[in-house]
Amino acid sequence: MVKRNLTVATTGLNNIDNPGPGIPFIRGVLDSQEFNTKIIGLAYENLEPGIYMHDLVNKTYHIPYPTAGSDVLLKRIEYINNIEKIDVLVPNFDAELYTFMKASADLEDIGIKTFLPTVEQYEERHKSNLPDFGDKYGVKVPKSKTIFSENEIESTMKDFRYPVFIKGKFYDATIAYNPEQARANVRKISAKWGFPIIIQENIAGTEVNVVALGDGEGTTVGAVAMRKLYITDKGKAWAGITLADENLIELTDKIISQTKWRGGMELELIKTPENEYYLIEINPRLPAWVYLSVGAGQNLPEALVKLALGENVKPFDKYEVGKLFIRYSYDLITDINEFEKLSLYAEL
Amino acid sequence: MKINKKVALSETGFVFDAGTGDSYSINPIGVEIIEYVKQNLTKEEIKKKLADKYDVSAPELEKSLDDYFSALKTFNILDNE
Repeated sequence: MVKRNLTVATTGLNNIDNPGPGIPFIRGVLDSQEFNTKIIGLAYENLEPGIYMHDLVNKTYHIPYPTAGSDVLLKRIEYINNIEKIDVLVPNFDAELYTFMKASADLEDIGIKTFLPTVEQYEERHKSNLPDFGDKYGVKVPKSKTIFSENEIESTMKDFRYPVFIKGKFYDATIAYNPEQARANVRKISAKWGFPIIIQENIAGTEVNVVALGDGEGTTVGAVAMRKLYITDKGKAWAGITLADENLIELTDKIISQTKWRGGMELELIKTPENEYYLIEINPRLPAWVYLSVGAGQNLPEALVKLALGENVKPFDKYEVGKLFIRYSYDLITDINEFEKLSLYAEL
Repeated sequence: MKINKKVALSETGFVFDAGTGDSYSINPIGVEIIEYVKQNLTKEEIKKKLADKYDVSAPELEKSLDDYFSALKTFNILDNE
């Protein structure tokens, strides 16, 4: 088969101990038998390791932080597009998604396709909106409350029993076993990510996760269930294994069909000893462990790109159970000249 | 007694539960007992087979087998009926 040439731009090149999904996403796209893909990295920081992985990323450009606003971002993407002629752009960070969703029509105007959740889908699955989400779609969720200042901790905690989870709006989650820890954790997370902060009931059980892709019309294009086998001190999976769990896949189908989810997603759930599932989080993008889905027979990154191109994708109906991923660290050696080029010219 | 459908047992004694992702190592006698369960032998029949084959007193065999089946149920290798 003659491979089609394609240029895909993506973020999340921070392949660190709390990795972004960029590199595993890219590996999936490069595994495609249909595309001959040029990868354009979009980076926020000079030391995102993916920038220097030239076997995976052909060229990288700095882009402005989401706080700079859509206009600034769009101008930068337009500049990059004039050089690279991007076909598909896949953002991978929760915090940047909103900006890209807002800019998607403008991106389309300059020939760049995206495949993102709608603003409504993105908003309603927010950690702070999870109780409403659970009610609306008939999914069990842990009790949670959102606080907007440190003063609300004491009154809010009257409705909870310790331990509780303290979660940032986008990132970070810690467990608190007493009021002192709750206060300290709220301070720590708010100092880093600001308010609101979510206080969430702790559900006893085993955490299970699903990476999935919705076509935007209610069909699950693919879904792979995984259990973390090794978790880092940041709560990230360092190893995991695919599971045969029909109930979990059914629940995923239910969520995708009801929400008509568009794009990649990660469901984080707790399976109780009574085999009940509590949805604790929906991440509105493919997760950093997405390459496990590729290894298990569902190339979701490739499917996402095809959906973005407006092509029909036949839904996957199976995956290999018992496939493991084990992350590793690796010292990439590069030259100061590379760092210099990126620092001075914002591209490499 | 039935082995959980999602459990795979290799000849080496490695057990993988595809439903939970858990894995265990079982010694050769443990594997032998699971093979008997797979052949639909009753607990009494298994006990007799083991008593004929190994030098073990009846009370010790009874206790060990009960403990083993209890562990298999705890880890969902054996279906709880």
